[in-house]
Amino acid sequence: MSAAETRADITDNREGMSYLDTLPRRVVTVYIPLFLIMFVLLFPFYWMGLTAVKPKEELVDFERSNPFWTWAPTFEHIYDLIFKTEYPRWLWNTMFISVVSTVLALIASVFAAYAIVRVRYKGASTVGGLIFLSYLVPPSILFIPLSTVVYQYGLFDTPFALILTYPTILIPFSTWLLMGYFKTIPFELEECALIDGASRFQILMKIVLPLAVPGLISAGIFCLTLCWNEFIYALTFINTHANKTVPVAIVTAFTDGDQYRWGSLMAGALVGSLPLVILYSFFVEYYVSAMTGAVKE
Amino acid sequence: MTEAALPQSRRAPIREATAWDRLKTNRNWLGFWFMVPAAAFLILFLAYPLGLGIWLSFTDTRIGRPGEFIGIENYEWVLGDRKFQDAVFNTLFYTTIASIAKFAIGLYLAILLNHHLPFKAMIRAIVLIPFIVPTVLSAIAFWWIFDPTFSIISWTLKEMGWRTTNINFLGDTWNARWSVIFANVWRGVPFIAITLLAGLQTVPPSLYEAATLDGATRWQMFRFITYPLLTPIIAVVMTFSVLFTFTDFQLIKVLTNGGPAGATELMATMSYNTAILGGKIGEGAAVSTAMIPFLLGAIMISWFGLQRRKWQQGED
Repeated sequence: MSAAETRADITDNREGMSYLDTLPRRVVTVYIPLFLIMFVLLFPFYWMGLTAVKPKEELVDFERSNPFWTWAPTFEHIYDLIFKTEYPRWLWNTMFISVVSTVLALIASVFAAYAIVRVRYKGASTVGGLIFLSYLVPPSILFIPLSTVVYQYGLFDTPFALILTYPTILIPFSTWLLMGYFKTIPFELEECALIDGASRFQILMKIVLPLAVPGLISAGIFCLTLCWNEFIYALTFINTHANKTVPVAIVTAFTDGDQYRWGSLMAGALVGSLPLVILYSFFVEYYVSAMTGAVKE
Repeated sequence: MTEAALPQSRRAPIREATAWDRLKTNRNWLGFWFMVPAAAFLILFLAYPLGLGIWLSFTDTRIGRPGEFIGIENYEWVLGDRKFQDAVFNTLFYTTIASIAKFAIGLYLAILLNHHLPFKAMIRAIVLIPFIVPTVLSAIAFWWIFDPTFSIISWTLKEMGWRTTNINFLGDTWNARWSVIFANVWRGVPFIAITLLAGLQTVPPSLYEAATLDGATRWQMFRFITYPLLTPIIAVVMTFSVLFTFTDFQLIKVLTNGGPAGATELMATMSYNTAILGGKIGEGAAVSTAMIPFLLGAIMISWFGLQRRKWQQGED
């Protein structure tokens, strides 16, 4: 599914047979259930955001003020988070590791996907199937042996432990997605280039990649969120506080039993999710097409 | 310039293809070179650890000490261990209930979103947000919502007069199980809804029009048009969902860490606790290797789902 198709889906305003429904019926069968589900889906974020800006004394006192709102928002928690903890460092680690492993994974996947779809070497379809299978190997059964491997290679407790292991989660997915994209690029373009004397590498760089930019963005954005979300490897392979990523650091750093810690925990969760959500809001269509494309192929 | 260059090139003899040329142009060699980066990653950090994990489960490796082959001793220990049996039960319970709930709510939400709605694109983007936000960070929000004394749910129920005491969400065996299942469903529904929505949008509206003319009810339209056309995509989506629910780690680690008294211990968290915290890598590897048969089952289901899809498209 190409990004163009997805865009057509989003702007699809066909009424179909919905004109047969009366307004009250629609309110009961569509709008009310939809509103309830959206409320449940979004409430935790509201609660997260609200807690992050609530003054300390209101946090655990539901008697004197209504807990659903605050009239004295404060940036105290966020200030503490940024200036009194190593949070900026963790955020930087997360971004750095995510971006580098996404780039590595994309480079590897572009070559692999192109070779499987277009070079069609002997056994290409078997390799394609194997890559799909490796997509189904979850990190939860790999982290124990991987921790010994990482230790043997001398990567333990360095960012490289994560930079080199994350691509194993990303490559199967993005290769599979890019294979779908490359299949849609007309073969004739490549034949022309071959006749003109271009090498396969030149064809990939100058013809196929420029046409597959939407696919690259989709794969990249999806990979980035996967990396950001990754927890079990980061928890197992990193020991030093300063080298941790946001999800791991926040779980290990603020759980000291202080009953006012909720403010900084929520501020940390909020600040840790915001960059992703903002990025996502710019690339919603690409993200959706990555998600649905990976399932459809 | 060109006049000088042309005769030059005409004079050049046609070379024999050297071994180097063949490495550059032969289909199979080219394919090999292109596969090297991806293969290196996947073999070094996926295939090798996968095999190593199975091997480790047959050894008595500890952290900092290489182990020796001890046959199936780890599996004997693990299978006889009450904690492991509980973990298997918890994992199956968690996976079954959460997957059914995610499927039902996800499909319902997808059908709702497939209606003609104002701000459809925006609603769809918002629905996906729980899936974008890192699991650990939303789990922390749930941790706060499920707090034993300052839970907003308890407060609201008390204000409305439906309860007089706080609910002990994560401290009671069954409450804890239902709470983590709720958090898992909350995070999984958007993924299922949006992917199924993409499937729904490929169902031609004319089929519904024809069914309406034939006097079909809404349920019949769902049962005999929507559901059969959606089966292939449901099979794939649910395989992924089951796979990732079964091997879930993050949510449990943050919300309950397996507690209270092992009530929410899943196989993944148990293998982490045994291998990394307890240092018994061999036993931990046996616990995580024990997940593989279940995962293979899920993959088989997906495979049969895909077969059916080909049959529906008229291929062999």
